[in-house]
Amino acid sequence: MNKRFMSILIPILFFYAQNCFTNDEPVKFKNILQEEQYYNLLEEVRCLVCQNQSLADSNAPLAQDLRNEIYEMVNSKKNNNEILDFLVKRYGDFVLYRPPLKKNTWLLWFGPFLILIIAISIGIIVIKKQIGDK
Amino acid sequence: MIPELGHFTLILALAMAFIQSSFPLVGATIANQTFMALARPVARLQFFFVVISFFILVYSFLINDFSISYIANNSNTLLPWYYRFSAVWGAHEGSLLLWVLILNIWTIAVTYFSRGLPEYFVARVIGVMGLISAGFLLFMLFTSNPFERIFPIPLDGADLNPLLQDIGLIIHPPILYMGYVGFSVAFSFAIAALLDSNLDTTWARWSRPWTLLAWIFLTLGIALGSWWAYYELGWGGWWFWDPVENASFMPWLIGTALIHSLAATDKRGIFKNWTLLLSICAFALSLLGTFLVRSGVITSVHAFATDPTRGIFILLLLGVFVGGSLVLYAFRAPTIKAGGKFKLLSRETFLLLNSILFLVAMLTVLLGTIYPLIIEALNLGKISVGAPYFNAVFVPIMSPLVVFLGLGVITKWKQDNLFQLLIKLRYLLISTLFIGITIVLVFFENHQLKTSMGIIAALWISLTTFYSFYLRLQNKKNKLAAMLIIPRSYYGMLLAHLGFSVCIVGITITSNHSVDIHERMKIGDTIEFSNYQFNLRDLKEISGPNYKATEAIVDVKKNETLITTLRSQKRIYTVRDMPMTEAGIDAGFTRDIYMSLGEPLDTESWSVRLYHKPFVRWIWLGSILMAIGGLLAILDKRYRTAKQRKKSIIVNNEVVS
Repeated sequence: MNKRFMSILIPILFFYAQNCFTNDEPVKFKNILQEEQYYNLLEEVRCLVCQNQSLADSNAPLAQDLRNEIYEMVNSKKNNNEILDFLVKRYGDFVLYRPPLKKNTWLLWFGPFLILIIAISIGIIVIKKQIGDK
Repeated sequence: MIPELGHFTLILALAMAFIQSSFPLVGATIANQTFMALARPVARLQFFFVVISFFILVYSFLINDFSISYIANNSNTLLPWYYRFSAVWGAHEGSLLLWVLILNIWTIAVTYFSRGLPEYFVARVIGVMGLISAGFLLFMLFTSNPFERIFPIPLDGADLNPLLQDIGLIIHPPILYMGYVGFSVAFSFAIAALLDSNLDTTWARWSRPWTLLAWIFLTLGIALGSWWAYYELGWGGWWFWDPVENASFMPWLIGTALIHSLAATDKRGIFKNWTLLLSICAFALSLLGTFLVRSGVITSVHAFATDPTRGIFILLLLGVFVGGSLVLYAFRAPTIKAGGKFKLLSRETFLLLNSILFLVAMLTVLLGTIYPLIIEALNLGKISVGAPYFNAVFVPIMSPLVVFLGLGVITKWKQDNLFQLLIKLRYLLISTLFIGITIVLVFFENHQLKTSMGIIAALWISLTTFYSFYLRLQNKKNKLAAMLIIPRSYYGMLLAHLGFSVCIVGITITSNHSVDIHERMKIGDTIEFSNYQFNLRDLKEISGPNYKATEAIVDVKKNETLITTLRSQKRIYTVRDMPMTEAGIDAGFTRDIYMSLGEPLDTESWSVRLYHKPFVRWIWLGSILMAIGGLLAILDKRYRTAKQRKKSIIVNNEVVS
């Protein structure tokens, strides 16, 4: 390998490490369940500095910090609720890609099924009309 | 001087758009032949001016004219020429010019392929399209002029966003826009029909091929976008429920309902009101998509613009077009006579139900996309709505749709017999469940419930589709001759439905059975993953035209035989100092092996992510099948105008004699 090139490239990359890049050290788990829990959590949590990416997809330093924290919490056998509660306490609901069911998300969660019921009722009325008047 | 010429031709195009929208529309109302006759030549003239303007922008990009602010912000002398070309639509102003150009391409196509249609109808269609064009040209000239000069002239440009420096971005936006903007034709046909004093269903036949073509482009455009995200973003994801993706998905959902509803209106004279409403809705969603992407209300990977005046202008355009057409609809709809009657158990019922489900699915995506914006605007908090939400609500809505789809294709028009249908269904249902569950038990160890739901859905669609083909040939003596008589649109339906089930298989398996690992590797290291051995053979430094990169070369072996060599790069684009990952992919019919190079961890080790993604290609394969199905439907003899039909008869006679 060309050492001279690497000696130029690596400082450049480490410069980025301070700005928009982070230590991308692979994580290891003691068991598969913890690993699954960790990766599932990364999909559910939003990176707060990126425009629209989950922790699993983000390269930002904050995302790496959060990944590390989640890793620590998973390793110390905390369950999903405890971990997400911790994140929400610190960053608010914005951090969750699956918004919790609350007063302000009531319409979001039940809306689709409300729309479904209304639309199907209208459909039934229309079909009945088609069948009814001969 | 040349950029000013581009600006000037845009103004001329606007003038043409005004003439194109006013005279023909008035002429059609007062039956003035001269006014109506203006429609075609003026539309062509407008096209001519827009094309000149577009090519001037292309030319200015190619010669690096950084005195134009848009080019200074989105290009660079180091950028290869083909990216300087695609940079034309790499940001806000240029992509609007592309929007207008594509609208004009559709209009010019209408002027040529509408000879069999009544003069007043064509005049109205072209007039409405002129109105749309005028709206967008005004928007460009007032808020987003691509030819605006900058002073002092910078020595070099700020470069195109590295994310967009890719072959995918050369073709994805034009194809997607062809779809988006193509719904303006369906919209214009619907408006022309509503303006007509005796509204029958002939307009549906005229509108069908245009709507199908727009739908094909949108289908391909979305698939291309998904494929681009898959290999370019370096996470191996293919759909993110990103607001901008949703903006293109919503018109697709309504467009799909529309092509089915149009078919029913054309063939059976039913759902006239509903089809008109869907035509308006599809175009409204295209405009809404433009608003969401261009106004900057949503910040996402794709959103370039953050100027509120632009947002307000697009919202106004949206209000005028949608509001105006809905008012017209409200006046005219009650006078439209209901079409043919049908019984509860009939294909019509299932078509209508699925039309409704598509509408509900679209409204759900809309709700999830704009809910956080509304909540924030009302000061009720700041929330995020992402993939977990959409997956949770979207699947339950699409499930009955799949059931109805299968029932619809094997049920008769008008009325069917419940008992006979159940007998027909007996074996189909049993075999669907049996084959589905067997496949899942044999091939998949985990996520069996979710996988079997997806596989059964796909089997149900494909088996009912094949069965409907069988029913069609069942009582024919000469099967081959019968197959030749069946209209192409029917084959199109078969293929598109099979494409849909292929897509479902891809989505189900890749979502539930993809695996990945994240490892530290140095040269010579071998990792065992998913029954493959990955050996990092070399790390090379590469110097591109406008980036520096490190390339990892990984040999992939299975049982000691070399399968493929993957190359993944970590690039640093020097002008914007932006890092990018180029994934190394070995594409296969039943699986992709995907590698992305992470970061250097020390002087010799790098972090590497490896993905095994089974059946991911099927998602795009299915989309392509759907598009080909649409194409077959367009090629149906039904849409050839009377004149051409006569011609073909003459040709046939000559051949015979």
